[in-house]
Amino acid sequence: MLPDDRAGGQGDSQVFGYLAAALGGALGALGRWGTAEALPRETDGWPWATLLVNVTGCLVLGLLIGLVFARSPGSAWLRPFLGTGVLGGFTTFSAFALETVQLTDAGRPGPAAAYVVVSVVGGVAASALGIVAGRTRAPTG
Amino acid sequence: MTALLVVLGAMAGAPLRLLAERLAAARRGPGSVVGTAAVNVAGSAVLGFLLGLGGVPAWLLALVGTGFCGTLTTFSTLGADVVRLGGEGRSGRAAAYLGGTLVLGIGAAAGAYGAAALL
Repeated sequence: MLPDDRAGGQGDSQVFGYLAAALGGALGALGRWGTAEALPRETDGWPWATLLVNVTGCLVLGLLIGLVFARSPGSAWLRPFLGTGVLGGFTTFSAFALETVQLTDAGRPGPAAAYVVVSVVGGVAASALGIVAGRTRAPTG
Repeated sequence: MTALLVVLGAMAGAPLRLLAERLAAARRGPGSVVGTAAVNVAGSAVLGFLLGLGGVPAWLLALVGTGFCGTLTTFSTLGADVVRLGGEGRSGRAAAYLGGTLVLGIGAAAGAYGAAALL
């Protein structure tokens, strides 16, 4: 039996959440690193790898929210592992911010601004799409 | 070897983000986005500093940059919370959260990047 927030054992399940987040974060970060290795970029180049992980990560987290988390709200490990860990570790804000700074620093403010807009619009749209699709497909009752 | 360093950094970053989210939820109520905003800004500053230094060894970039900062910060939770706030009819709050994270996060990254380059 996995610990459950609603069934007492508050302290244990809190610790369990941190362990789940650490494990999931490691898996997500490996996926992000692998993507960056597969799609290398120059310091002043378009950051395809970060854009790809951020937009797809937003879509998958949205799907999980509707399909999985909404159905198991009391789970002490599911959301910390998959949401905070895997998807949180797969996506990144810091690389996005630094790539924007580096593009600007390289004298390319246009692509830098475009990168911000595409990442934000793409990420929010992917989140919305995932949440709606997940909610629609989630079995009710 | 690089993969192991990324994993080690990530195993510190993800629980720290969970801690920030839980602290924010405990102090400001469930659904608070302050914890996520704080780690996104802080992680951007740390990564900015690291890259601004220049000539940082690859192992340190893998451990602290890709592993720790990359995992401490998140884009998926940002997107999901913006959509959630918008869906709750709090579009103003959603826009302020998104705009605030962008301005403070990219600003922190730029500031730390520039400051480290001066060292």
